[in-house]
Amino acid sequence: MNEQLTGPVYICRCEDVTLAEVWAALERGVTTMEEIKRLTRCGMGPCQGRTCRQLLARELGRVMGESPGAADMATYRPPVKPVKLGVLAGGE
Amino acid sequence: MRQSAGVVIIGGGVIGCAIAYYLARKGCRDVVLLERYYLASGATGRCGAGVRQQWGTEINITLARESVRRFERMNEELGYRGDVEFKQKGYLLLAYTSRQVEQFQQNIRLQQRLGVPVRLVGPQEAREIIPILNIHGLLAAAYCPTDGHANPFHVTQAYAEAARRLGAEIHTYTEVTGIRVERGRVTGITTDRGSISTPQVINATGAHGGVIGRMVGLDLPLYPERHQVLVTEPWERLQDPMVISFHHRLYCQQTPHGSFIMGVGDPNEPKTHDQNATWQFLREMAGKITWLLPPLKDIRVVRQWAGSYDMSPDANPILGECGIQGFYTAAGFSGHGFMVAPAVAEMVADAVLTGTAPQPIRHLGWERFSRGDLLVEPSVV
Ligand SMILES: Cc1cc2nc3c(=O)[nH]c(=O)nc-3n(C[C@H](O)[C@H](O)[C@H](O)COP(=O)(O)OP(=O)(O)OC[C@H]3O[C@@H](n4cnc5c(N)ncnc54)[C@H](O)[C@@H]3O)c2cc1C
Repeated sequence: MNEQLTGPVYICRCEDVTLAEVWAALERGVTTMEEIKRLTRCGMGPCQGRTCRQLLARELGRVMGESPGAADMATYRPPVKPVKLGVLAGGE
Repeated sequence: MRQSAGVVIIGGGVIGCAIAYYLARKGCRDVVLLERYYLASGATGRCGAGVRQQWGTEINITLARESVRRFERMNEELGYRGDVEFKQKGYLLLAYTSRQVEQFQQNIRLQQRLGVPVRLVGPQEAREIIPILNIHGLLAAAYCPTDGHANPFHVTQAYAEAARRLGAEIHTYTEVTGIRVERGRVTGITTDRGSISTPQVINATGAHGGVIGRMVGLDLPLYPERHQVLVTEPWERLQDPMVISFHHRLYCQQTPHGSFIMGVGDPNEPKTHDQNATWQFLREMAGKITWLLPPLKDIRVVRQWAGSYDMSPDANPILGECGIQGFYTAAGFSGHGFMVAPAVAEMVADAVLTGTAPQPIRHLGWERFSRGDLLVEPSVV
């Protein structure tokens, strides 16, 4: 894929992270999913990476020459679905 | 990996990476840093990221003030390609009892004398500073506009990249398993990926500081204590300063990204390396924060996690050489190590390079515990 031809390609829609930003991180030597997540915010949005985790793993595998399964998958953090603070407080 | 080094740093959190940078910048050409997972995988990447100068002891105020100066020009100093996102939106500390007000007044006098622009404000002014604040029962608040927060992943990464450019070697996924000592001197370390001979080792392993101490036969009084945090979805700007209430044992800030990050201290948290997040925390946090900042009730929590405070008996770090020649420790920050990292790291680097700890960290040597000369910090959440 060439971003000059296609325009920016968004890999994480919640946090507006582009493929080019992921490549830039890889170029700086940041090569694990856990680190890329924390430096680019890829997968940190309200959907918790439901789409981009797979895309990122695939891209990492491609660039690093490993199978996607080899990537150290980023941790899923609770809650599984976003919940309002007011609901958690028992108010609603 | 190198076979020998001038200094080996154990731990790739903000403290270890910042020390690596200062050692390299001050001319030490063979620094090696070893991290068993990835950089900032410990407390650093789990922290609230607050930077405040409002402390109760001269040492902590000075270390925080000197660190704020370094945060202010960090992107340029480190030549960082990203942004460490240091934002000075202030800190507002809430007082609900007359004892707290007196303590604040005493702290403020000391802070002002040391050049920190802090002042006591009444409830009305507190609400002007944070319009969504519920001021019910509030007596006064301490406000310092130059406090703030920074992004811990980027700060750590910025130090690591700058250290590497200056010749330091950083190895992630490398665990130190032992330290060799001969005739009272450090001679090397062993890892799961080989060994390195070195006359100097710096223990920057946070809550694991005690484990590393035992590798050289020392009983450093350091232990972990779990603390929990949650983060919400991004929201329109509602709150500029970080809010701390010692009374509710909580803190809450809105990051530049728009999300709210908050935590609440619980004296019953386990004193172990347990890093599991709990449902009880979510409930308690939600209850307290929707009382203090009511509009937050409509905002959704997207993530919660836990991390370990690296506690010491007086809630202050152990800094400097400990017991064995060439064995240095920089750990035990007790929940406030991120904000002092820049100044502390430079002073620890000086101690390693010159053999004597500079003021003010001279008072933070581990001997203080055997002397019974504790430096108790009153303002910890
Ligand atoms: C929930 C929470 C909120 C906090 N909020 C704030 C705040 O608002 N402001 C603030 O200033 N501070 C805060 N802190 C405290 C702050 O996070 C720490 O004091 C600081 O990050 C300590 O940095 P460090 O580098 O010493 O430790 P760490 O970041 O824990 O780094 C130590 C590293 O050593 C590694 N390690 C351990 N053993 C070995 C080994 N055998 N070999 C190799 N590597 C090893 C670990 O993997 C780890 O990465 C908070 C902490 C928590 C948990």
